[in-house]
Amino acid sequence: MLHKTVSLDLPGSHDDHGASNTVLGFWVYLMTDCIIFASLFAVFAVMGHQFADGPSGKDVFELPGVMLETAILLLSSITFGFGMLAAHKGKSTALLAWLGVTFLLGAVFIGLEIHEFSLLIAQGYGPDRSAFLSAFFTLVATHGLHVTVGLIWMAVLAVQVIGNKKLTQRDLTRLTCLSLFWHFLDIVWICVFTFVYLTSVV
Amino acid sequence: MANAHSIDTGAGHGSVRSYVIGFVLSVVLTAAAFGLVMQQALGPTESIIAIAVLAFIQILVHLVFFLHMNTSSSQRWNLISLGFAVLVAVILIGGTLWVLHNVGAHMMSR
Repeated sequence: MLHKTVSLDLPGSHDDHGASNTVLGFWVYLMTDCIIFASLFAVFAVMGHQFADGPSGKDVFELPGVMLETAILLLSSITFGFGMLAAHKGKSTALLAWLGVTFLLGAVFIGLEIHEFSLLIAQGYGPDRSAFLSAFFTLVATHGLHVTVGLIWMAVLAVQVIGNKKLTQRDLTRLTCLSLFWHFLDIVWICVFTFVYLTSVV
Repeated sequence: MANAHSIDTGAGHGSVRSYVIGFVLSVVLTAAAFGLVMQQALGPTESIIAIAVLAFIQILVHLVFFLHMNTSSSQRWNLISLGFAVLVAVILIGGTLWVLHNVGAHMMSR
């Protein structure tokens, strides 16, 4: 913000520099987020076999549901990508349409996750049942929380894009940050379905 | 803004082609991982190694085709911070497993 105000009367290249710094800064934030997830994965790796006579992953995980969640998240990654391509061409209607599709897919993903969690808790397999379930709920819910925040952010950006007549550079910078966030969450999900669900069921 | 299409945000834009290639590769890799486990094609240890390798490849696919990472100089700091984060993650996860495995062995708790 400040940078933009200061550089308003300077040539365009300075604007680009500001946008590029914003994106790099956001990238550095994502890397710290990556370390948060790394510690949660470390906890799961240690606690993943402490069942306290409760259920193991084999007993409670349903792979078809996980496969559906994975497919939806993967699809939302490519629809967001198409939205970004539209944004770079300045087509805000197409961008909004793709954002809408992405938002729906993300919301379905969160819905499925909440459904899975509530089924587990209803069976008495909540996070208080065993160290394994505590670690599982903490890791997967942290990812789900990130996706939820991404959805809120997406809605806010969509409202801003609707409010503007034309896409501004600031819109593009914000959309770029959100797209990095969204694709990053997909990478975290790859690790979740591989090291949490699949390894527990093997 | 007339130059909306030419704004450089320091991150690549990709193209329909690159997104579709990335998507197809991801679908194949994901399906392979789920297929391996659901069909029980390999033993437990082999399965875990195989799906870990598939996950690693898929992460690279996502970084290149969705996050548009490359080795150009404009992305040097993105790459350096990614490398540092990966280093910290490896020390964190590897170190935790190593130390706690030793604790478990000495305490004979498992």
